[in-house]
Amino acid sequence: MSEVYKYEESELLRFTTAGSVDDGKSTLIGRMLYDSKSIFQDQYDQLKETTERRGEEGVNLALLTDGLKAEREQGITIDVAYRYFSTPKRKFIIADTPGHIQYTRNMVTGASTANVALILIDARNGVVEQTRRHAIIASLLQIPHVVVCINKMDLVDYDQTRYDEIQDQFEKFATKLDVKDIHFIPISALIGDNVVNRSDKTSWYEGPTLMYFLENVHISSDHNFIDVRFPVQFVIRPNTDEHHDYRGYAGRVAGGVLKKGDEVLLLPTGFTTKITKIMGPDGEQNEAHPPESVTVLVEDKLDLSRGDMIVRPNNKPDIGQDIEVMLCWFDNNKPLQANGKYALKHTSQDVRCVVKEIRYKLDINTLHRELEDMTINMNDMARVVLRTTKPLFTDAYRKNRITGSIILIDEGTNSTVAAGMVI
Amino acid sequence: MDYNISHLKELESESIFILREVAAQFEKPVILFSGGKDSILMVYLAVKAFAPARVPFPLLHVDTGHNFPETLKFRDLLVEKYGLKLNVGYVQDAIDNGHVVEEQGFNSSRNGLQIYTLLDELEKGKYDAAMGGGRRDEEKARAKERFFSHRDEFGQWDPKNQRPELWNLFNGRKNFGEHFRVFPISNWTELDVWQYLAMENVPLPNLYLSHERDVIKRDGTLLADSEYLDKKPEEEVFKAQVRCRTIGDMTCTGVWESDAATVEDIIQEIATTRMTERGGRTDDKRSETSMEDRKKEGYF
Repeated sequence: MSEVYKYEESELLRFTTAGSVDDGKSTLIGRMLYDSKSIFQDQYDQLKETTERRGEEGVNLALLTDGLKAEREQGITIDVAYRYFSTPKRKFIIADTPGHIQYTRNMVTGASTANVALILIDARNGVVEQTRRHAIIASLLQIPHVVVCINKMDLVDYDQTRYDEIQDQFEKFATKLDVKDIHFIPISALIGDNVVNRSDKTSWYEGPTLMYFLENVHISSDHNFIDVRFPVQFVIRPNTDEHHDYRGYAGRVAGGVLKKGDEVLLLPTGFTTKITKIMGPDGEQNEAHPPESVTVLVEDKLDLSRGDMIVRPNNKPDIGQDIEVMLCWFDNNKPLQANGKYALKHTSQDVRCVVKEIRYKLDINTLHRELEDMTINMNDMARVVLRTTKPLFTDAYRKNRITGSIILIDEGTNSTVAAGMVI
Repeated sequence: MDYNISHLKELESESIFILREVAAQFEKPVILFSGGKDSILMVYLAVKAFAPARVPFPLLHVDTGHNFPETLKFRDLLVEKYGLKLNVGYVQDAIDNGHVVEEQGFNSSRNGLQIYTLLDELEKGKYDAAMGGGRRDEEKARAKERFFSHRDEFGQWDPKNQRPELWNLFNGRKNFGEHFRVFPISNWTELDVWQYLAMENVPLPNLYLSHERDVIKRDGTLLADSEYLDKKPEEEVFKAQVRCRTIGDMTCTGVWESDAATVEDIIQEIATTRMTERGGRTDDKRSETSMEDRKKEGYF
């Protein structure tokens, strides 16, 4: 029983890794999985066997993350792969995204739910174009914590001057970004310096190891606990004799803290009422906060259904049909169409929209605003204005990642063609 | 102020969100029920997601005919307890009607044959979303799986052309005749499942706990002896103290030597074990990409 109780206290941390094989990303993930005993014997045996069959030496840890046949054949990562490991303190989910050029869409996907971004820099090369691109995406997607791992320190003789130089390069560039929390760690993924175990070759470095950082970084304030936002996902109506008049509004708290007895405002109708009951997975609870899934009951019988939102009367989101977003385009068949119409998903709302204006294309290597060439192809980012068929209840993405995000869907193919962050 | 939530509670909340999203976005969803701990967990989460209303989905069990008898008994009790609706598709029917041909010879299994029955049942029931207990930590092809996984009109998976999933936004749009596979417990690991089942005190089939059983040894794996198992003359039946780590078709689900008598023992065992749970599945060992190949055709 005591064991179970301990597990109950461990938190979940999601992080994303970006970089190419050359940066030692796979080696780093392999190192973390291996040192935390998350690679199993049969997986290891299979890796070893496959590596040998391909005529390579040692154990190719990249094969661990590249699961699909085409990926293993071509030695590339096509998609986001999710990996799991845990230590007694935390459970970790890694969204491992590919490092080749056409990876923006995958990195954006992995970044959307991450608490922490790991950015790898090869100590020999310093800050390169890819580093800047990773950092810009981490900033646009508002990943709360960024860890810059200056890797391959063994190849620069654990030289502090080199480390300081790279940190300086990165910090200069980062002043243009919107990242709240940046850390730097000198590591060697290959040898294991400062990954799980502290290195004796970097006595000049006084910060934590990467694993210590991941286990201890404060993540419970990564959600917005100020502004109450409860998108209604589903209405629960048992229609039984016992629960004849029961109407429960089910959803996942997107922001703020809902409390029993609170006066609340319903959108879009504008009625106010009181929360009479909050039902959680274990029965009644007095309050609910992100990311809990609960069912809310209110005092009055009012019109409230999927797509509506429960907020506080003195703290409303932006309500309107015109939204301005930073869009990342995903579709490789068709570029973004100016004046094009798309289906749009926002919280639990489904609406349609038209692209009213493309303001500029953002060069994600330099942050330069391109005003001439406005063709938005796959992996491009653009600031656009959308007009929706119904009012949306949005917040700036900076303020709330859930109420500030949208996706666009091509109505012909049903594919998800873009992700957008409300400005 | 701090509002902490444990990893198990966060996973629970995420899965409940997915289950409710399925109820909201699809017309006729169904839960694929195998009798294993992952499907039991899914049913348990679905009960929580819609309480005090009943679970708005029926269960579909694809029955290979080679079940552990305990599985069927447990299934029927669960269905009764929560007032669920159960549909069963029989692989034997597909064999009798000549839709599929039983594999012959040594190591033959009905595993691949399930695909026909599964797709046929989904079509007959006009189900547009089939929820499975697949987890990304189980197998390398599954690590690439989405929560909402699109299937074309032939039930096929196209892993290279999957819809990106961001934030809490899940795109379940489809054309007529297509369907979705949904995996509400994608982010759970085997250890998470056991910790949660222990924390919540969820009843489970006793197959998961250590018991004495007649077994044979094949390719380093112990298989439960039964009338369905074709044995080579040199394969000797012996008694062993074992438990199941996964529960599937009797002919290809390995059993493990174990003394774990309680769920807490199981958690201890898994926390220190060096083999993945599918390490005992001979169906996965046929080739390096056998899971991906089966999934593309429409497997669970």
